[in-house]
Amino acid sequence: MERKYISDESLKTFINQLNDEGRHVYAPVAKGEKTEFERVKSFDKISLDHIQTTQSIKAVAFPRTEKLFSYTKNKGDVTLEDYNPDLIPEMVVFGLHPCDAAGFKPLSNIFNWGTPDVPFNERRRRTTLIAMSCTQSDEFCFCTSVNGGPGNTAGSDILLTPIKDKNGYLVEVVSEKGQELVSKYAGLFGEAPDVDKEAYLAKLSRKFSLDDLRGKISHMFESEVWKKQSERCLGCGACAFVCPTCACFDIQEDTKGSKGNRLRCWDSCGFSLFTFHTSGHNPREVQSQRWRQRLLHKFSYMPERLSVVGCTGCGRCSRACPVDMNISDHLAEIADLSVVTTEKEK
Amino acid sequence: MNDLKAKVKDLFESGAINLFIGYEEGTRRPRPLFVKNAEETNKLVFDDRCSGNLAVYLTRKDLIGGKKVGIAASYYALKSINQLVSENQLSDEWLRVIGLSADGKLLEFGSLAEVSEYLKTASAPPKQNEDELVRQIEAMTMEERWQFWSDELSKCFKCYACRAACPMCYCTKCIVEVNRPQWIQPWATTLSNMEWQINRVMHMAGRCSDCGSCGEACPLGIPIHLLTHKMSETVAANFGQNGDDKGNVLSTFKPEDKENFIL
Repeated sequence: MERKYISDESLKTFINQLNDEGRHVYAPVAKGEKTEFERVKSFDKISLDHIQTTQSIKAVAFPRTEKLFSYTKNKGDVTLEDYNPDLIPEMVVFGLHPCDAAGFKPLSNIFNWGTPDVPFNERRRRTTLIAMSCTQSDEFCFCTSVNGGPGNTAGSDILLTPIKDKNGYLVEVVSEKGQELVSKYAGLFGEAPDVDKEAYLAKLSRKFSLDDLRGKISHMFESEVWKKQSERCLGCGACAFVCPTCACFDIQEDTKGSKGNRLRCWDSCGFSLFTFHTSGHNPREVQSQRWRQRLLHKFSYMPERLSVVGCTGCGRCSRACPVDMNISDHLAEIADLSVVTTEKEK
Repeated sequence: MNDLKAKVKDLFESGAINLFIGYEEGTRRPRPLFVKNAEETNKLVFDDRCSGNLAVYLTRKDLIGGKKVGIAASYYALKSINQLVSENQLSDEWLRVIGLSADGKLLEFGSLAEVSEYLKTASAPPKQNEDELVRQIEAMTMEERWQFWSDELSKCFKCYACRAACPMCYCTKCIVEVNRPQWIQPWATTLSNMEWQINRVMHMAGRCSDCGSCGEACPLGIPIHLLTHKMSETVAANFGQNGDDKGNVLSTFKPEDKENFIL
């Protein structure tokens, strides 16, 4: 992996020029107490002081509402207007953290499981990720417990690590996409400083052992833990919607007269309606079953079927939860279980 | 604090309850806790940091069905409990309420009727922030106000945390889940987000305790509690306060009800 240097000033120029070239640049913008990714047209709008944005940046590849196709009905004939990837702009996401960059892997494995998903893949293909290592963390962060880290390069095209005493950044060029951009603006980049990257990163101790967790969770479908952990869960979709890897969606019809659009919009396994059958039967009729599904999907089904853990340790779900369903606490509790007790045994 | 622990312990030991809904220390502030026995009462905390209206759990049959329940209720939870009683959702047979007065003293209620009596004289904790924000919005022109709410509600991604956190949102089928006809578009767009909030708030008229849990629950920080706060004020000014024995605003017609808002 090639290592380079970029100064604070040159980084501004770099990002501004990417915008001026016609790319849509998404970056963290502070508004009141929250920081969110937004399209920015100037570097000055960007905030890099936050620990975590409220929402992940998954919407660049998986928008909260997306038109899949349109149709017009005319006396028995139907004219279809298919999804048009040419309308997707070239996008750059700047200032996302390694946990968000890593989140595109599980998303991609879901959207390419069986039939490759055209909208997701076309959007992802046009997106370049210029990530920023974390120099600070909070009590909700747990990337180091799920194979990540504050300076993890996985998923990024370029990873920057702030080197305060050099007034700039260590640049790691991770992918070909990243290499193309760095080569194009070669004049803005200098020789990599001789520094120990680790020394500049946030320090995060591991909250649980992923091996211990995975060793237990796959055999815990009948455990009493789910009921106990989920008691205070209110059953909203906040955790799923802020999550960088949650990919559940609903298909909806937006019709007016003889015209209409087929839409894909975010959904959540935390909602009772999610599994509600037309017959009136609901296989996940209580919240404990939905909480179990959330954790098993991320830590059992996805690793087994898609070879990737469905969590990057960003901690957003815990921060967003109205009743403090702190996911790393719950996972640590499971990883530390000595005996798995089932409902029936109890 | 030790008062509460001792009281709840007594309730368990005397068999008066077999579940207590209270608060425990959480990651940054207290969070809801379900206590099942006398030993677990040690974790309980109850002070002015305990926000989030616990009355929301009292209509969750999967959690409380068939149990004898005790609950730690803030002023606003008491108001919600009183409203739920008037909607025939709660009963003395299975519910014991412990409140917290404005000066931090425990209030032990012998019955739900006593909760109602207490609320007739208790005054609501001040809401200076909310009052100030409502004043700022009222000072806006119609166009500015429309822009303000359009901007705010464009952020909404319909996680329905506002609905989930509300003790009054206990319908088994919410209007957003009705699709024949589809009253409200289920996907997130500014207009359909507004439709949802307007519907949510209208269904709270005269029922809302003004606890602000909806706004507090919103992960995106949209100040939707200002809608219910303002509405509570409007309802009180036009139809009287909650709990003054006039009946529910939404379901009671009185000949003296004002009709001057009907266009």
